[in-house]
Amino acid sequence: MGIVYRKELRELLRDWRTIMSMIIVPVLVVPLLLLGVFKIVSLTMKATPEVMLLGGEGSPETVAALRRLDKFDLVPASADYTNLISTKKIRAAVEIPKDFDAAMGSERKATIRIYIYEGEPKSMLAAQQLQEFFQRRRDEMVRRRLLDRHLAETLVTPFEIKQTNVASPVQVTGVILGMILPYLMIVMCLTGAIYPSVDLTAGEKERGTLETLLTSPVARTHLVVGKGLVVLTTSLGTAALAISSNGLALALFNSGKFSKLPLTLDPLALAGVCVVMIPLAVFIASLTIAVGSFARSSKEANTYLQPMLLLAIIPAVIAALPGVEFNYGLAFIPVLNISLLSKEFLAGACHWGHILVVFGAMTIYAALAAAAAVAMFQRESVLFRT
Amino acid sequence: MIEARALTKVFHDRKRGPIRAVDGVDFRCEPGRIFGLLGVNGAGKTTCLRLLATILRPTSGAAAVQGFDIVTEAEKVRASIGFLSTATALYGRLTAFEVVEYFGRLHGLEDNVLHPRIAALFQTLGMNEFRDRRCDRLSTGMKQKTSIARTLIHDPPVMIFDEPTLGLDVLTARTVLGFIRDCGQRGKTVIFSTHVMSEVEKLCDSIAIIHGGRILAAGSLEQLRARAGVERLEDIFIKVVEEHA
Repeated sequence: MGIVYRKELRELLRDWRTIMSMIIVPVLVVPLLLLGVFKIVSLTMKATPEVMLLGGEGSPETVAALRRLDKFDLVPASADYTNLISTKKIRAAVEIPKDFDAAMGSERKATIRIYIYEGEPKSMLAAQQLQEFFQRRRDEMVRRRLLDRHLAETLVTPFEIKQTNVASPVQVTGVILGMILPYLMIVMCLTGAIYPSVDLTAGEKERGTLETLLTSPVARTHLVVGKGLVVLTTSLGTAALAISSNGLALALFNSGKFSKLPLTLDPLALAGVCVVMIPLAVFIASLTIAVGSFARSSKEANTYLQPMLLLAIIPAVIAALPGVEFNYGLAFIPVLNISLLSKEFLAGACHWGHILVVFGAMTIYAALAAAAAVAMFQRESVLFRT
Repeated sequence: MIEARALTKVFHDRKRGPIRAVDGVDFRCEPGRIFGLLGVNGAGKTTCLRLLATILRPTSGAAAVQGFDIVTEAEKVRASIGFLSTATALYGRLTAFEVVEYFGRLHGLEDNVLHPRIAALFQTLGMNEFRDRRCDRLSTGMKQKTSIARTLIHDPPVMIFDEPTLGLDVLTARTVLGFIRDCGQRGKTVIFSTHVMSEVEKLCDSIAIIHGGRILAAGSLEQLRARAGVERLEDIFIKVVEEHA
């Protein structure tokens, strides 16, 4: 088995397609994409939105304060402002009624209108900043009026509402990473498994080396286990490389050059996630070997395995959604169970009952998949399908 | 020594139903002799040899290679044979040396036996020039030599050749045929399938004509000539097949 393992790994690592799927994509492409996305989001959010000022005549104080805010590029009024907002030429418009300052001085009611493109992030951000600006001015005005009348502030603000975070920085980070890390690891486990498994099974059939191998005195079970271990190695290797390189990319992004996120990762939780990925990787390796052995050609194997990638991504995405949490019903759904357990680990929780159920279920699935792979390799009708 | 008794292999095809690819075949191959399995494409030659090599399992009947049963002692059978066909390809991303070394290790050879044997084989077959070249960059002749070295690395007492010259140029085919003759002369049991009459005439001590999965006639070339009453093997073959049509 060891001889088969070493030879298969050596041969795979000489193939540029393995290098591409196992090293180039996780180590370079994914982190670069991640950094690119962060950079674009960061630049986009930093860009000053253009906001149109409508009215404001006779209210120099409010307009000057708005200009001083330096958070918008205030553009001159134009009649087609709704069109300009909906075509994203400007992000919002703020309408200050005529003689607004005077109205405030004489304590008359007035309305500030903000025009936005709902759902459009930059427009929503501009609206939020405008809202905050006017809220602050209103609060200040109320405070001043109360002071003039010798009334206490508590008259209009009888109590305050304050949020206090009791979660540790590790837990806060865990919740954020819990949405990304398991998904990334699962996708990378699959990416690292698919090409090698196809190459070692359907690829061997295509190249005619399978018959050569079958004439050797090695038991077929050993051959398939050797091949499965190679796929397991590439699968876990790809995931490990992806996590390391993306972690490095995140550290670089978080080093102050781009931005500063409150990230503090618990190494034990990360180790826990890596451990729970092992039964999943065994399951994936066995399943891809079984499917690859069944296929007549690499093309056919890829036709079967691409939907499998989708089938695995969907539960991983579901697990990443906010609010989706572990329960014993979901503990039996492969991929979803591992994702949810990883999410728990990263959030600082460790329930032995959950761990046992998930490990038990995944061990059974992995054993079934491995048995299917061995069975495929024993069947003449499968090995000599043309 | 190879011995087959009522060896049968039935494949099940969804459209055509059961197909008796090998149908109650009996034969015996002795050490030091070359046994030729002569038949047209689809006659059952490859299936028969795959059964002997334990790549396929028989539906019924039995066969033994070096005294080992092909069903119950499959691994011992595979350890006793060298199997060469045009379908047994090489690993393109390994060098000629690595391929031969890999199969030597699969046969359980230790380094102290394996490496001197590789050196001797590469010397005999003139492979040193390309020993470290990847197999996907070798010419057809170089590949065939590498395949020969692969089949010989564990020095098997039985050699099975399934149409080994199919698709080869004249020079490479000549090398392969010389190698088969050499195996016979060295006392190995050799079974050789082909549809090329001239190869059988040149090489084989005994011949079996296989058609529709059944052996229709068997014996030495002289015995077949005497039985059919014609001289040329091609005429013997056609006469035998037509008699059983």
